Formats: sequence, structure tokens, C-alpha cells
Amino acid sequence: MKPRQQRMWFVAIIFSGIALATVLVLLSLGENMMYFYSPSQISKGEVPRDAVIRVGGLVVNDSVVHDDKNLGVRFKLTDTANTITVYYHGILPDLFREGQGIVAIGEIDAAGQMKANEVLAKHDENYMPPEVADALKTAAEGGSMPIPDSHTHK
Amino acid sequence: MIPEFGNFALVMALGIALVQSIVPLVGAVQNNSRMMAVAVPAARLQFVCVAISFLCLTISFIQNDFSVLYVAKNSNSLLPLHYRISAVWGSHEGSLLLWALILSGWTIAVSIFKKSLPLTLSSRVLAILGIISVGFLLFLLLTSNPFLRLFPAAAEGNDLNPLLQDPGLIFHPPILYMGYVGLAVPFAFAIAALLQGRIDASWTRWSRPWALVAWIFLTLGIALGSWWAYYELGWGGWWFWDPVENASFMPWLVTTALLHSLAVTEQRNTFKAWTLLLSIFGFSLSLLGTFLVRSGVLVSVHAFATDPARGVFILIFLAFVIGSALFLYAWRASAIISLGRFSALSRETLLLINNVLLLVACATILVGTLYPLFMDAMQLGKISVGPPYFDKVFAPLMLLLVFVLGFGPMTHWRKDTFKNLINRLLKSALISALLGMAFVLLIFGPAPLLTTLAVVLGVWVIASSLATFKNHLGKDKPLDRLRLLPLAYFGMLVAHIGVGVFIIGVTLVSTYEQSETVRLAVGESYTLANRRFELADLTSVQGPNYNAEQATIKIFRGDHLVSTQFPEKRFYHSSSQPMTEAGIDAGLFRDFYISLGEPQQGNAWTMRLNYKPFVRWIWLGALLMAFGGLLAVLDRRYRKKQEGAN
Repeated sequence: MKPRQQRMWFVAIIFSGIALATVLVLLSLGENMMYFYSPSQISKGEVPRDAVIRVGGLVVNDSVVHDDKNLGVRFKLTDTANTITVYYHGILPDLFREGQGIVAIGEIDAAGQMKANEVLAKHDENYMPPEVADALKTAAEGGSMPIPDSHTHK
Repeated sequence: MIPEFGNFALVMALGIALVQSIVPLVGAVQNNSRMMAVAVPAARLQFVCVAISFLCLTISFIQNDFSVLYVAKNSNSLLPLHYRISAVWGSHEGSLLLWALILSGWTIAVSIFKKSLPLTLSSRVLAILGIISVGFLLFLLLTSNPFLRLFPAAAEGNDLNPLLQDPGLIFHPPILYMGYVGLAVPFAFAIAALLQGRIDASWTRWSRPWALVAWIFLTLGIALGSWWAYYELGWGGWWFWDPVENASFMPWLVTTALLHSLAVTEQRNTFKAWTLLLSIFGFSLSLLGTFLVRSGVLVSVHAFATDPARGVFILIFLAFVIGSALFLYAWRASAIISLGRFSALSRETLLLINNVLLLVACATILVGTLYPLFMDAMQLGKISVGPPYFDKVFAPLMLLLVFVLGFGPMTHWRKDTFKNLINRLLKSALISALLGMAFVLLIFGPAPLLTTLAVVLGVWVIASSLATFKNHLGKDKPLDRLRLLPLAYFGMLVAHIGVGVFIIGVTLVSTYEQSETVRLAVGESYTLANRRFELADLTSVQGPNYNAEQATIKIFRGDHLVSTQFPEKRFYHSSSQPMTEAGIDAGLFRDFYISLGEPQQGNAWTMRLNYKPFVRWIWLGALLMAFGGLLAVLDRRYRKKQEGAN
């Protein structure tokens, strides 16, 4: 090939690569994006049904109930303004504890409860997932804010 | 006293790095060899200062000096000595100091091996490495000083994060950093080439082994991280498309492209400007990775620094380095002329396709990693891009790449014909199709189409590599030819076979892994993948700084005891955080992986049983790739030319 042709060849291959990538990204990005919601948004019904979402908040103290027979677990998740119920089947991560900030991934059912497919707790105990920190901040600025363990004053 | 000394050494290093970056550059412009000669002693002195500083921090850790904030946060007097040493790089400040130490280590290596290089080129390279050092030393001193004192001193340290108390974590960060930071060397070579406006044979012969060594470390570092995550995080995953993993994987992809482009530049005297661009991209992505990991902008299991000042500093440094490099490229690249000519069907074209596919793969990962940050910054909602995106985008690109890979080494440079190519490869294509299908069918039975295709392509890479090798030996006197083959050629073969092994491993483990969460009381058992897992016993164990509950799990095949595993749940004294230590029965063709969940009433535990077929092939493939790289570095031509020039 002459230098000019060679350059065109270069450009052609690069552009087909870019085109391929664009198609792949457009096809996959939309359907694999998960939006983050706070418990308050879920309580207000802002979340579309059947969408896989991420929810973050603090696990309410003394709210975790294990079902020993089928490894089910239920707990309450709060952003201090509102609280939702999450249920999950399987082993919770090591760092899952009451009072701890966690993120759950799953769907909201007809009763407004969350069916989690995955529960994430971060690997540093002093670490708060930034989304959770934000949700807490927003809820706090919203005015009403009972403390996380208000259910459990003994 | 020691921490102050370390701090002082760090300030000294900064001053020397400034001299190292300015004086030789000015000297190169004025053609003043005395000024250029400053580069070498400055680089060595800088290394000594950074090393002293690093040593001081290490001593503070060994002596449990909890008056140093960083030590108090990341160590504990009960921590065993080897973890006290690895705790030096267990968190943000120390790992940056390690970054700086490794950078000055690479710089000093360049200054030692540079004998055959023209003085102007070598002093420019050292000066550019000096500029990068200045950036990181400033970053350390201004935002992340590991020597800050804590007053009053803490009575006891916080302890190292239990996850990091593991032999894998002693080696993973230094090796990965060797790769990350090593990319600074080809980058500096590229900038120096742009400054002087030409690339000659000595430049390529120089840049290539350095890029290779960095790539080897990067490969090993990523593989080690993956292996560590597999056995330590307790749920048997080996890759999560976590942003921090992506941050190390993106430079790897670009550097892989760079190695192939350098091969074309060296052999065929073409692709020159492209090679320079890839060198710039490689290091830019490694800086971007540092920014992503260290600024705390990421939602990630690795990111825990959340000081905005740090993010701003790295972002400015990033913009400065990448911006000025690309500006220089746009300005000077047209001066760099590629002479080699090639036709549409040639090894050059196939390597170009390889490069484009690798870059495109990198770009899709970049999009997936940065898109959530972009959405957040634009206030369009908080999103995250899940692993399915990456799997879906990455798999087709890699399969295409692997398909092309089979042809590459068999195609002639400059010009080839389809007819000859098919003649040479038809047999291996048929063999790999049959072998691949038979392989899946015999071990796992009828398989999904994509799985079969991926395995066939994995076998195709291996088969065509062997065919190329046979072709190279020829019919008469194969042994004589064998002796003449360069080591780099074997390196290529081994690395490519590694790719095949890797693809087969990834495909089989993702398709056929099985996992079950069960509750077992002592004496009970559960059957998964033809193995019976019996919980035989539960005991308590004492570690140096933790207590653990240990289960004894017996794995039976029929009535035959295959293996006994001891998974643990550890409770570290210094934190309320439990840790899962998985029990793994490892094998070349399958792993059985058991991790404990929570204790239950009636002497029982919940636990997760996993069957992971061919999971070891993933790391075996990566090891083969790295070993192939090593063979290529050791090739005679890199040594001989340098010795000859002395």
C-alpha cells in the first residue's frame, strides 16, 4: 500500500473498532445500570416496580430476624427519616451488623418491601458507603429525623 | 526522632527531584553535557533519600511507635512482625510512599542500564521521571504525610485491617505498583522521543524490554490480587469488575497493545507515532487509576481515602501530565515518520486489529467505570454499572481478539495471501474445533453455544501457536532451527498459550460453577457436584491476635474420603469485625470451596459450598503470560546490542 492508502487503512480499522465498541456499550449499558434509592424515596413510592435497584442505609438495631430453617433473614433499613423492610436468602457478609451502613441490591415487591439478591457491607468497619452517607444527609436536611435505634430504647 | 528524620529525607528527595527534572532538560536544550550529566547522580541521590524515608516509616512500624498517626491507625503491638512490615503499605499514605520508592527505583535502574543510550536521550528520560517524582513527593508532603505525629501518643494501635493480614497482601501491592509505576519508563521514553523528534532503532530496542518488565509485574500483580480475592474475601469470586480492579486492568490492556505495537516498530520500522501514543496512554491510565483509587470518588471496596484535597491534587497532576504529553504528541508526532510499508493482509494489519480491539476493550471499561461518576457530577442520579455490563461488552471483544490471535503469528510480515494462510492453518482450525467440542462434551455434557465457542477458540489459540512453532522448525534439520530461534519467539508462544488456557478457565468456571448455601449441624452432610460434604466437628482455635471457630469438613466421593478442610470464622481482638477464612480443596481441574456463614442453634453453622471447575486455569494462564514476557525480556538481542555498544 502507498503511504496514503496505508493511513486510510489505519483510520478504517480504528473506526470499525470504535463503531463496534459504541454498539456494544449502547446495547449493554442501559439495561445493566442500577439506580440508587434511599429508604425515603422507596417509602414515597418513587421507585419503579420490577426494576433492580440499590438501596443504602443503616441497619436498625434489633431488627434482624433469622429464619433458621431456610436461611432467610429480614431486617429494617433506615435513612433516619424513613425505614423499609428488606428480606434476603443466604449468608450475610462478615461486616453486616446492626447500626452499620450497608447497600442492598434487589427489587421492591408489591408490599413495598425489598427482596434483596445481594447485600454488600464494606470491608472497613469505619467506612460508610458514600451513597449511604448522602442518603443520611439528605434525610437529615429533610427535617424529621428520629435516631436510627429509636425503635429499641429500652 | 526517626519519623522526623524520615520526613526530612522526603523533603530532601523533593528538592533533589526538582534538580533532576529541571537541570538536565535545560542542558539537553542548550546541548550542555555537564548539565545533562547531573541527571544520574540526582536520580541516585533521590532514590537514597526516598529509601531512607521508607526505612524510617518501616522502623516506626517495627518499634510500634504509636505517636505516629499512621502507625497508630494501621498497626497494633500484637500484630506479627511480617504484618507490621507489610502494614507500611497497608493504607493510603504508606502505599503512596511505596509508589514514590518504586518510581525512584525504576529511575535508578534506568540510570544504571542506560550506558548505550545517547546522553541527550537518557538525560531527558531521567528528567521526565524526575518530574513525575516531584508530583508524587509533593502529593505525599502536602496531603498525605505518613510521618504526622499524634499527640498525645496512642497507648495501643488500631490494628491492620484483618483482611490485609494475609501473605497474599504482603506481595500484591508492591508487585502491582512495580507494574503501575514501571509504565512511567516507556512513557518517559516516549516523551523524550517526541522532544527530540525522532525514533531510531536504539530507542525501540530500549523501550521494549522496559515495557515488557512493567507488563510482567502488572500481569502478576493483577493475577495475585484476583487469587487473593478468591480465597480471602470468602465467597469464591475471582474478578468483580470493581472500579479498582478496572483501574489496574485498563493499563494492562493498553500495555499489552503497546508490546505488540513495539514489536511492529522494532521489526518493521512502522507504527511509530502509534507506539508513542500507546506509551502515553499506558501511563496516563495508571495515573488515572491512582486518582480513582486514592481520591475517594469511587464507590468501591478498595477506596477509603475520602479527603477532597487529595482528589483535587491528583486531578490537577493528572491533567498536567496527560495534557502536556498529548499536547506534545499533537505538536511533534508528525515529525516521526514511519517508513515500513505493508499490504492489507499482513501481520501488520492483524497486529493493528489486535491493538484496536485491546484499546476498544479498555475504552468500554473506562466508560463503565467513569459513567457513574459522570452521572453523579451532572446530578442525574446515583447509578452503578454492574458486572453484567462488563461481561456482556468484554466477552465478544475478547473472543474476536482471540480469533485473530490464532492467525497473527502465522501471517507473514508485509504481505500474505488468504490461500497460503488457510493452507497453513486449516489443520489446526479443524483440530481445535473438534478437540474443543469433544473436551466440553466429555467433561460437562451438552453445552451452551457460547461456552462451546469460547472453549474452541481457547483451544484454537493453543493449537495455532503449536502449528506456528512446527512451521518455524520446518521439515529438514528442525533441531538446528530450534537452536536458532530467539528466546523472544518462545516467549510469544508461551504467552499466547497462556491466553488460551486463561480463556478456557474463565469460560468453564463461569458456565459450570455450582454453589449452595446450606445449614449443617455436626454429623450432617450435603451433596454438591457428586461430592458429599460432611460437617465432622466444630472447635475453637487461638491465633496470635484473634480467636476462631473452626469447622472440620470431610469431603467424600462415594465412600472414599477425598479431602478434609478446616474453614474458619475469625474474630480479631482489636476490632469487632469477623473474618471468613475459606477451606479450599484445590485441584488442577476443580476446586471445592467452603466458607462459613453464621453459627446456628444446635451446634450448627450456615455455610456456602462451592464447586469451581477449572478455576486454577485462570491464574495458570496469567502465569504463563508473565513467564512468556520474562522469556522475551531475556532475549539475547536486548543484551547483545547493549554490550556491543559499550
